[in-house]
Amino acid sequence: MDRKLTDLWVGLFVIAGFAAVLVLALKAGNLLSFNFSETYQVVAKFDNIGGLKVRAPVKSAGVVVGRVSSVGFDDQTYEATVTLAMDRRYGFPKDTSAKILTSGLLGEQYIGLEAGGDSDKLANGGKIKTTQSAIVLENLISQFLFSKAAEGKQDAGAAPAGGAGSGAGNSGAGGLTAPPSLGAAPGMAPAAPAGESKGGTGGAAK
Amino acid sequence: MRAFVEGLGHGLIDAVAKLGYATRLFLLLLRHSGTAFARLRLTIAQIHFIGNYSLVIIVVSGLFVGFVLGLQGYNTLQRYGSEQALGLLVALSLVRELGPVVTALLFAGRAGTSITAEIGLMKAGEQLSAMEMMAVSPIGRVLAPRFWAGAISMPLLAAMFSAVGVFGGYVVGVVMIGVDDGAFWSQMQNGVDWLEDVGNGVIKSVVFGLAVTFIAVFEGYDSQPTPEGVSRATTRTVVSSSLAVLALDFILTALMFSKG
Repeated sequence: MDRKLTDLWVGLFVIAGFAAVLVLALKAGNLLSFNFSETYQVVAKFDNIGGLKVRAPVKSAGVVVGRVSSVGFDDQTYEATVTLAMDRRYGFPKDTSAKILTSGLLGEQYIGLEAGGDSDKLANGGKIKTTQSAIVLENLISQFLFSKAAEGKQDAGAAPAGGAGSGAGNSGAGGLTAPPSLGAAPGMAPAAPAGESKGGTGGAAK
Repeated sequence: MRAFVEGLGHGLIDAVAKLGYATRLFLLLLRHSGTAFARLRLTIAQIHFIGNYSLVIIVVSGLFVGFVLGLQGYNTLQRYGSEQALGLLVALSLVRELGPVVTALLFAGRAGTSITAEIGLMKAGEQLSAMEMMAVSPIGRVLAPRFWAGAISMPLLAAMFSAVGVFGGYVVGVVMIGVDDGAFWSQMQNGVDWLEDVGNGVIKSVVFGLAVTFIAVFEGYDSQPTPEGVSRATTRTVVSSSLAVLALDFILTALMFSKG
């Protein structure tokens, strides 16, 4: 009798252990969302994939329709070759375009698909021709800085022609446009605190 | 000076000889493992003793580790406005690291010591010699069931630790602090891979279970058959199995998660 009781408790222990593994795999992990029953492969080439990783989601209209199955490099065109495993349930037109997007500000990167208007569908082994690379923050900042520098040069170039007056004129224009905006400000002013208080109550409710 | 050098060499030779003895015992243990499975009752009784009785400390520790992860993780993440990633942080740190490692350390303290002390006392009371007299292999009859019971219990305990820890993180993060429920789970499911993370965590806990239980069994079998010897062996079990777990964790983590 005592033996039987031990067996029962050990059985419960083992069941609890396997249940815990299952919970971790299903509830915490992605066992359920990982496997698409059947997939077809589509290839897309990007100039720059940024931080895209294998198994990153492929989304269309925000719905996951596939996953990145492999990432490679083409040394003929010096482009990244991304293979997408698409769920067979969803077909896309041949002229579908792919973009690399980021979920949230610092989130992981995924591929966004935008359907085109072609009547032919992408087949297994098909290619997505229109792609847009990942936005690399450094490139964006340097572009911004260059354009700012270019503006500065233009101003500097304009200054000798217009003399000191152009600078004064600019500031004068700023001064001139100020009164209408000032006139609008009183109207705006009550609105802003109201918005703030809304935000404040919202924050408190949270 | 000469005595110092001699002592150094002696210590080294001792250590190497001990390693060799441990390897021989490990192979003998594997050869005699048939007994542990042929007489399954012995192993089941040991699982009951090692596994079931460790359940309370493992579950309670898991819960509190989950609570703390929830609090600390929230404090750090909300600075970057990404408190939704709390679920991911809690689940990944538990499944990959804290679950297997903390469980192994607790397991060494809770079950390893009792295995060592029991076998050591059996040896001191000459029970092991008596078995050999009766042509019963003490390795098969005493060591193997304990070894396999520990190796089976440890991964199950680690999985329960992680699962309870995730629940603890959920309680603190979602119920008490008010992180969004859906985001908590969906971020977790997006970021935790069942094979890469959960599977590797299970592999880790299996390896730790084998290491901790073998060290416990070995230290008990190797102990001096005196009260002092048994107490030293018990201490050695905790020290060496904790160090072994941490070192193995580093090696396994480097093998599993180093590829970017």
